[in-house]
Amino acid sequence: MHERTRPASWPERQGAYARVRDGVRAYRMIAAMWIRSTMAYRASFAMTTFGNFAATALDFVAILLMFSQVDRLGGYSLPEVAFLYGVAGTAFGLADLTLGSMDRLGRRVRDGTLDTLLVRPVPVLAQVAADRFALRRLGRITQGLLVFGYAVAALDISWTPLKVLLIPLMLLSGGAIFSAVFVAGAAFQFVAQDASEVQNSFTYGGSTLLQYPPTVFAKDLLRGVTFVLPLAFVNWLPALYVLGRPYPLGLPTWVAFTPPLVAAGCCALAGVAWRAGLRSYRSTGS
Amino acid sequence: MGGFRRFATYRTATAAGVFTNTVFGLILAYVFIALWETKPHLGGYDQAQALTYVWLGQALLMVVAVMGGGFEDELIERIRTGDIAIDLYRPADLQLWWLAQDTGRALFHLLGRGVVPLAFGAVFFDLALPASPLTWIAFLVAVLLGVVVSFALRFLVALSAFWLLDGAGAAQLAWIAGIFCSGMLLPLNVFPGTFGEVVRALPWSSLIQAPVDVLLGTADPLATYAFQAAWAVGLLAAGRLVQSVATRRVVVQGG
Repeated sequence: MHERTRPASWPERQGAYARVRDGVRAYRMIAAMWIRSTMAYRASFAMTTFGNFAATALDFVAILLMFSQVDRLGGYSLPEVAFLYGVAGTAFGLADLTLGSMDRLGRRVRDGTLDTLLVRPVPVLAQVAADRFALRRLGRITQGLLVFGYAVAALDISWTPLKVLLIPLMLLSGGAIFSAVFVAGAAFQFVAQDASEVQNSFTYGGSTLLQYPPTVFAKDLLRGVTFVLPLAFVNWLPALYVLGRPYPLGLPTWVAFTPPLVAAGCCALAGVAWRAGLRSYRSTGS
Repeated sequence: MGGFRRFATYRTATAAGVFTNTVFGLILAYVFIALWETKPHLGGYDQAQALTYVWLGQALLMVVAVMGGGFEDELIERIRTGDIAIDLYRPADLQLWWLAQDTGRALFHLLGRGVVPLAFGAVFFDLALPASPLTWIAFLVAVLLGVVVSFALRFLVALSAFWLLDGAGAAQLAWIAGIFCSGMLLPLNVFPGTFGEVVRALPWSSLIQAPVDVLLGTADPLATYAFQAAWAVGLLAAGRLVQSVATRRVVVQGG
């Protein structure tokens, strides 16, 4: 067995449900603490929230600039691209708000501050996730929702109850899929330590990829983000159903409704990866 | 050169960064292919030039610190904690000291994070890279001037911490301007009308757009240097002025 660096009595004595409940409560308390501390510099908070909004809006401005020169991108109109963008941006924003601090884990492993978290009687994942909780990340969600609202208003979608149901379903499942990527990436930091940029390329890179129509990309890339790292379930598969567009890989229509299952699977795998990462952790001793 | 050695110790981080640049380069490359297929010669580039633009942008991103992340974080921290008072007692000039540091950092990133993404792009895409070594040298001169302009901008951002105390907001606004106005997201030549002309005249166009145009042969090197140098001199002078005002402030506060 691996040598354990934290008191062995903590997680083993409790049921899974109690652990999740404790984790969520700890997360809320730490997040609330960080919100209070951020509010000490209100001007800075306002600036960074606006900055967060503006920084993410820039991607969309770039898309607008592209459409000032062309009518279609990969065969898709601007409102259709905006629809894909809005879903990807909002789903990513949800994950970024709740787990965006996870990329600091590598630094904590390097400078030894992770040890402090290990001795506290609170789940480590909750502590790492809530560490430096940044309310300014609401800027990203707001921006995603605004673009999504524009798309829904500009598009002529023939709404059915199924399509309406699919909207909240895909935003939440998408957020969960991205959250799983954040957690898996953090688990990887236990091994790689200062490779947080690898994580960024799957989180930020993934959301950038999903902002564009799938017709733009090579088939192999599409296969990769469908079957290996299932980012296509965040927006492409459900959104193309709502838009009434065929999916490039010729998958059946019902896959549009699988994102919740895929999200659950991703979260389970990320949980396993996280536990394996935590178990492999050796303190730097500093 | 201290900057070079310091950054050279982070080997895993560099490899991870190269990976990220390559992933973003791939995404952008496909988007640009779709864009240039719909409208060939957009912004005066053919498709090979547009793809070269993508991969050069990824190669230069860290070199000219489009998104910040160079010396300025440390300088802001020193201003916030008051350690800056110690620096001001040193016999070295504050601005020159950090410029030397930042040039070392840029040189490291040019080798550490620039070469591999560009090579990857050249292997998997049809790029319009020049054969003449003279063009490459002309390009490197433009990159160096871009680094100085970028430094001068970030020095001003860092000094704002003397007044704002918490530099995060200013750094973020500078980051946004850097990404958008440098041509990182989209070549500035594609920006339409007067808006495009204004963005092309701003200092940030020295960071990505100017060196890339020198390499692609779509801009006259000498005119480009003159443009970059004018911004570099102007911004460095502004930085010096703000520095002297800020320094007096430190003295008034009693360090």
